[in-house]
Amino acid sequence: MKQFITGNHAVAEAARSCRPGIVAAYPITPQTPIYEKLSEMEASGDLGGIMMRMESEHSSMAACISASLTGTRTFTATSSQGLALMHEMLHFASGARAPIVMACVNRTLALPWAFWSDQTDTLSQRDTGWMQIYVEHNQEALDSVLQAFRIAEEVLLPCMVVLEANFISHFMEPVDVPDQADVDRFLPEVSIPQRFDIDNPSYVGAVVSQTQYRDFKHLSQEAMYVALETAESVDQEFGSFFGRSYGLVEAQDLKDAELVLVTSATITSTARVALRQLREKGHKIGLVKIRLFRPFPTEHVRKLLDPVSKIAIIDRNISLGREGIFCAEVKAALCNSPVKKQIQGYLAGIGGTDVDVDLIQRIVLDALSREEFLDRPIWMKEE
Amino acid sequence: MQPLSDPSTSCTADTPCVDVMRSGHAACPGCGQAISMRLVLRAVGPRAIVVTVPSCVSVIAGPFPNAVADMPYYHAAFEVAAASAAGISNALKIQGKQDIPVLAFAGDGGTFDIGLQSLSGAADRNEDFIYVCFDNEGYMNTGIQVSSATPTYTWTGTTPTGNTRRKKQIMEIMAAHRIPYAATASIGFPEDLMQKVQKALDFRGTRFIHLLSPCNTGWKIPENMAPKVSTLAVETNVFPLYEIIDGLQYQITYHSKGLPVEEYLSVQGRYTHLTPEQIKSIQSETDRSWQALKQKSGRQSQLES
Ligand SMILES: Cc1ncc(C[n+]2csc(CCOP(=O)(O)OP(=O)(O)O)c2C)c(N)n1
Ligand code: SF4
Ligand SMILES: [Mg+2]
Repeated sequence: MKQFITGNHAVAEAARSCRPGIVAAYPITPQTPIYEKLSEMEASGDLGGIMMRMESEHSSMAACISASLTGTRTFTATSSQGLALMHEMLHFASGARAPIVMACVNRTLALPWAFWSDQTDTLSQRDTGWMQIYVEHNQEALDSVLQAFRIAEEVLLPCMVVLEANFISHFMEPVDVPDQADVDRFLPEVSIPQRFDIDNPSYVGAVVSQTQYRDFKHLSQEAMYVALETAESVDQEFGSFFGRSYGLVEAQDLKDAELVLVTSATITSTARVALRQLREKGHKIGLVKIRLFRPFPTEHVRKLLDPVSKIAIIDRNISLGREGIFCAEVKAALCNSPVKKQIQGYLAGIGGTDVDVDLIQRIVLDALSREEFLDRPIWMKEE
Repeated sequence: MQPLSDPSTSCTADTPCVDVMRSGHAACPGCGQAISMRLVLRAVGPRAIVVTVPSCVSVIAGPFPNAVADMPYYHAAFEVAAASAAGISNALKIQGKQDIPVLAFAGDGGTFDIGLQSLSGAADRNEDFIYVCFDNEGYMNTGIQVSSATPTYTWTGTTPTGNTRRKKQIMEIMAAHRIPYAATASIGFPEDLMQKVQKALDFRGTRFIHLLSPCNTGWKIPENMAPKVSTLAVETNVFPLYEIIDGLQYQITYHSKGLPVEEYLSVQGRYTHLTPEQIKSIQSETDRSWQALKQKSGRQSQLES
């Protein structure tokens, strides 16, 4: 049924429809409405599971991990400082192979204090062993939560669904909220290992040797490769169930492109408009949206961008002392590409600043006319 | 598992005591914490889930692929014994398996210091588990550093001239959360210890056992002294045995001989540097705390009579 709702509300509807046994959460702007909505659902009996109202995000993640290892489906949501506080437990979750799903609402990290969209909070958790899906709009936020549970429980790795502050979390859009029966068919009842089986006891988290540690990590990396295939097949299956699918990477107008713009999340929607206008003026620009960031879909990116020689990449995030993180990752993915490339990174939207059609067109025109491609990113600001 | 012939237990014919903990643990010889753990697990039995966190408790549990007990065991992160136990007990509830007790085992550092927030949060929510703090009065796993459970004047590696702080009153903190059951226990009094653990099993909600567990290495005592020193801690009122119901009803469970604290201090290498004045001050502080405890417990008796 179509509802006119915020991205946070869509995420809460998605989480509820996945029938989590445990939700453990803690308030932080701009994630809080998810926590509140799920609490309402718990109170009305619609949630079915238990809402643990924790005293911190660190403990929320700790409770999600142990509940997941007990064999229940678990969900949480956070942002920014809360995610940073969880950091230790994020490694723990992936090390424990706990298929937790977490909605992360991108928000600036202090200092300075702010409340706006900025992807650095989630991207700086990229090495924690969590899968990460970046979404463009409210419908994709909802759909990605459903997909995330399927993928996570199949490969036994935790998954973040990443939505941006305000642009998704608080903006309202018409969203198709699927029928419970359809969700139940797409996502069957939870069936993950019960690691604390009293009749078949095991020890989770024992101290291991050097070689054992290495081999555990090797197995997790292998699981990430499997996850690439799983994510793709789950997305396709989702499409056949609900008529919507997104791919791991989405490409638009690449065939005749003289330059390809790489984006993620909400900037993509604006870029679609900006590039359409440019095309009307004769500029043939392609678009690649990266949706799955971990595991990184290197093969998909190469398949699309191997033939391309000019690329511009927009990042609403920064790894200070280096550049935008999507830019660094795409460059790394293309380093064995047979076609020589000129790649320019642009920082736009950092701190939640506006990235409008005009700004994206300025980026594209700059890249088109550029003689020298710089190793450093270019800061794009309002004129 | 062999039924025990050890008479110093509260086990009955219906519930015969078995040692759940295997021999061959990885602790130092004669470790007080290992004895503590053995008694706690003996009282609970094998049908429980155990959460441990970094500490000598987790060392005792053994490195992969060894396991100290035939029980589901989870080695969580240092500061989340309580949050992790809460996650399990809620998951069990959803699965309709509330009959399985969940135990959280942590050291004093993992309880008084870094884990206090998650413990307080869980106690505030009255999460359903038994939390056992194995208090050896310092960070021993990392090699004897001061914690907020280290008593005044005690030598540790980070208080080389003696601790200047006072031992944090963890039982008062837990009582302030009005949890259904809290008790102190000592391996010098194994029957009392096991009875308390079994009593804790009869409650639901957050239950807390503060278990003094001498560390031979850190306390600088001989290998065979942990039980003896534990007994002296109680008999000198340095570590009285009592329980608190609902955070309000205090009850002393053992009336000590009231020996001078010096008898407790003088057998431990960590106190060899004490001056007579310092011993006097420990004595008067101990007396004051004991009087206060008696008063709380007495008030209770008056109320009841
Ligand atoms: C977040 C974090 N900080 C520090 C450590 C290192 N660490 C491991 S065990 C330990 C000491 C534990 O002391 P306590 O809780 O008193 O247990 P004990 O070893 O004395 O039994 C410390 C500091 C850790 N594992 N995690
Ligand atoms: S250091 Fe102390 S507490 Fe740790 S195992 Fe050795 S004796 Fe036991
Ligand atoms: Mg200790």
